[in-house]
Amino acid sequence: MTAPTWQAASAAPVEEDRGRYLLDRPGFLGPLMLLPAVIYIFALVGIPLVLAVAYSLSDVSVGDQSINWVGFDNFRVIWHDRTFKSALWHSIGFTLISQVIVIVLANILVLVLSADFPGRRLVRFLVLLPWTTPLALAVIGWRWMLDNVYSPFDEILRQLGLLGPGTKWGPSRNMHWLSKEELAQGAVIAVHVWRILPFAAVILLAGLSSIPKDLNEAAEIDGAGFWRQLFYIKLPLLLPIMLVALLYGTVFTFTDIIVVFILTGGGPVSGTQVLPSYAYYKGVDGGSLAQGAAIALFLLPVLVAVAILMLRMARRAETA
Amino acid sequence: MATSSIAPPALESDRAPSNIGRTIGRYGLLYSLSAFFVLFAGIPFAWMIFTVFKQNTDLYNGKNNPLKYNEAPTLHNVRVLFDETNYTVFLRNTLFVAVLVTIITIAVAVPAAYSLTRLAGRWGESLGIGIFLVYLVPPTLLFIPMTRVVAEFGLKNTWWSLVLVYPTFTVPFCTWLLVGFFKSIPWDIEEQAMIDGYSRLGAIWRTVLPLSLPGILTAIVFSVALTLHEFIYALAFTTSSNQKTVSIGVTTELIRGDVFFWQSLMAAAVIVAIPVAFVYNLFLDRFIEGFTLGAVKG
Repeated sequence: MTAPTWQAASAAPVEEDRGRYLLDRPGFLGPLMLLPAVIYIFALVGIPLVLAVAYSLSDVSVGDQSINWVGFDNFRVIWHDRTFKSALWHSIGFTLISQVIVIVLANILVLVLSADFPGRRLVRFLVLLPWTTPLALAVIGWRWMLDNVYSPFDEILRQLGLLGPGTKWGPSRNMHWLSKEELAQGAVIAVHVWRILPFAAVILLAGLSSIPKDLNEAAEIDGAGFWRQLFYIKLPLLLPIMLVALLYGTVFTFTDIIVVFILTGGGPVSGTQVLPSYAYYKGVDGGSLAQGAAIALFLLPVLVAVAILMLRMARRAETA
Repeated sequence: MATSSIAPPALESDRAPSNIGRTIGRYGLLYSLSAFFVLFAGIPFAWMIFTVFKQNTDLYNGKNNPLKYNEAPTLHNVRVLFDETNYTVFLRNTLFVAVLVTIITIAVAVPAAYSLTRLAGRWGESLGIGIFLVYLVPPTLLFIPMTRVVAEFGLKNTWWSLVLVYPTFTVPFCTWLLVGFFKSIPWDIEEQAMIDGYSRLGAIWRTVLPLSLPGILTAIVFSVALTLHEFIYALAFTTSSNQKTVSIGVTTELIRGDVFFWQSLMAAAVIVAIPVAFVYNLFLDRFIEGFTLGAVKG
């Protein structure tokens, strides 16, 4: 990054002339005040990031912490590892599918959140719960709901006559949600949707409230109905903010370990393994820090892409 | 705040009666949509709370209908949680970590945000966004090398490691949040204080800080919230039961092999989750402002 020119945003010239104290000079005070943050980020984000790359090119392990360079061996090994490949595809697939569902549902949810009706505060509180509660604690609830034996969904299906001996999905009395690959994958996607949806909706809400009101009124006077207003005015204006929601949703879903770790542990077998969880199992449980770091580095391209898009959007907002 | 998009129009007596039908229709649509989303969002929590009060003999009887209390509800499981598990230790550790992380965050983020807003000129904005992007570097990418960094600091297997590491995401986020606040404080007030003879730091102390207290409070809330949400660092750095925070302690210590203390587990989760959600909700608008990077002027 280029060195910034330190100057008061709009300091009066009188200020400059005085210069009585060093601390009164923006050119000194500015960097001084920013320094702790920069040092913190450099030491505890910058160095680990470099170390992550160094690890991935070495043979470091839990047993032997010394870094010996091995080139791209780790990447070669994991590229031929079938579990890694499925983890990579799961990560991409879970993220794409869940974000498509999130964007569709968020556009409906935002209609509810923006409307004025008795009880809207309670509805808002309840609808936002998945985002506002610590995720690990909430996912425990999901795991219990999808229990192999005591799932309430199973009971409902049994009462509807869909599950149990002699029924359509029987003869088992249980669905075993988290023990069958497709169901477990569906569960992981559902929990991601459940978690990101409120966040996306609230971001959209912020975008919606920035659309000038007269625009809707003008459209109404011109005789545009609800659907016309929605498709010709609201959705096009909401498109940039939808992209913002989508970018965050992508980052949060793609880099998340909590849902898979607590819900399925990557299982059944490796049916729901994703990059972060596989990095943990390989690097920490398996002891190969080098391979774990290499696996985790596959998160980086997506993050860089998102960061570039974000910067573009921010710049456009600045010039607008 | 929000513009009403499909809000029912106010009933006006001189309007055609068909409007009443439309109003009812809109309310009907709103409430059925609300019901759908509330159910989707709330069911896990409802099921958790429902489970807390179940007796073991009721819960673990496969012949029982799990959807109702077959035996009288009980508080026994909550007592087990507090008396027979390390839950209070987890709570205490979490509290210590949250308080210390928040102190560090405020001490580092407030000066940084001020510097970016007032002192860095046109570079402030870009630098600010750069710092915010650091927040998006996920712990899942850094936790493996971070374990080594933590060990270098001599903080292996203690919650102090979390105090050291959590500001890596709270500082970027809160700095960005505070930049927004500082921007909204008119420069004239500070200028006047300096003309009146205060040094710049004196002027900041006497004008900017008091005026940005709501912003600082917001930063405190999110620093605590982000700390409570964090999982992978705590999982990787703390292994002894007495060093664990709630998210980790509950998910690793109350699930032992195949034995689940489901009711106590649910109690442990709900007791922390619901109050956090409540406070979070109060500050949500500010949070969203930060996330939209100024792309939306609310």
